[in-house]
Amino acid sequence: MLALRGVACLRGDRLLFEDVDLTLAAGEALVVTGPNGIGKSSLLRIAAGLLRASAGTVERDVGAAWLGEAAALDGERTLGEALGFWAMLDGTTPNAAMITMGVEHLARVPVRYLSTGQRRRAAIARTIASGAPLWLLDEPANGLDVEGVERLGAAMTAHRARGGAVLVATHLPLPLEDASNFSFPGGSRGPGPEPTGSGAPAPRWDLGPRLGGGTV
Amino acid sequence: MILSLIRRDALRGLRAAGLPVAFFLIAATLFPFAVGPDARLLATAGGGMLWLAALLAALLPIERLVAPDAEGGVLDQFAVRGIADESVAAAKIAAHWLGFGPPLMIAALPGAALLGLDTATLGRLEAGLAIGTPALAALGVTVAALTVGLRGAGALAGLVLLPLAVPLLIFGAGALSPGDGQALKLLAATALLLTAGAPFAAGAALRALRD
Repeated sequence: MLALRGVACLRGDRLLFEDVDLTLAAGEALVVTGPNGIGKSSLLRIAAGLLRASAGTVERDVGAAWLGEAAALDGERTLGEALGFWAMLDGTTPNAAMITMGVEHLARVPVRYLSTGQRRRAAIARTIASGAPLWLLDEPANGLDVEGVERLGAAMTAHRARGGAVLVATHLPLPLEDASNFSFPGGSRGPGPEPTGSGAPAPRWDLGPRLGGGTV
Repeated sequence: MILSLIRRDALRGLRAAGLPVAFFLIAATLFPFAVGPDARLLATAGGGMLWLAALLAALLPIERLVAPDAEGGVLDQFAVRGIADESVAAAKIAAHWLGFGPPLMIAALPGAALLGLDTATLGRLEAGLAIGTPALAALGVTVAALTVGLRGAGALAGLVLLPLAVPLLIFGAGALSPGDGQALKLLAATALLLTAGAPFAAGAALRALRD
């Protein structure tokens, strides 16, 4: 479904990573780990086509669902309407996914009244409802409670059983069976919670999508 | 698909349409206080003054046209779904006009009454606004997309938009004098150019935003 070959990412004048190869086939899950600032989010944005790779090729032959840091739900609409808008664009309905994530009782509540965790559940529900074979999840467990993480894990398992694939960047442990692990060449210290940054090679700063840039 | 984008933005825009309309009407109310109650002077200068008020009213909504969607991740979601940035921009322009142009044209009726414009001038003003407001909406979305995320984006947007809108103001106000069909045609040509080019300029700005 997804193949990255020799991908490099340059942000400003800083090289985040280079020579990244990864492939993801139907039913597979790949967990991207590594310290803050190593480029996990950028890698996922490249896979989603939101960011151009500075070098290398990205091949993706299926539709992708993106779960980023922002929920992308209109605050003044009710949760049902906000999710319904995206489901309409995707040609689906959100109801089953809302039940999967346990937010169906919030359907008539305006999004701006929802808590961080509830919004995150709703954003995951949008991912489920999208029907896209490839899920790209950037820190999906942020803000979720234990039950939410379990529901997310069950949803990912069901998605893979249906032939879907999941690429996830996370600091928090996720209930994912036989998932492979991706570590950045030369940078990462393996899976699990974020390692303490002894001798971290790069300065740490926020690598999120910076709007507008600061160089005008 | 584009229609659902327009619908979403237009519903949001109409909710906030009161602000530019109120600004427009307050400006029309203040004008006689500034230049005095001479009815002849007001009738002569009033049309141009309403054009100026419309131009300034177009600045008010700029900050909420693109920035909330950029910060909320909505633009990323559009991009992942393969919706072209130009389509998103075109939808935003259409939606912005729906929430801005017609309300302003309705507000021009009491505005013209406040300044004592005659019916013929009012007709020419409305015709000019009908032609010019799509271009103002197109400029607004383009400038909004260009200035998203910059510090002082609102003020900067004004500095960028106003010079670009000068031709609209010149031809719009010029079309108010009786028997001047040429100005209206030039206004239409300018508006067409701006409205047709804006989706591409704004689309490029939205694309650059992601990098």
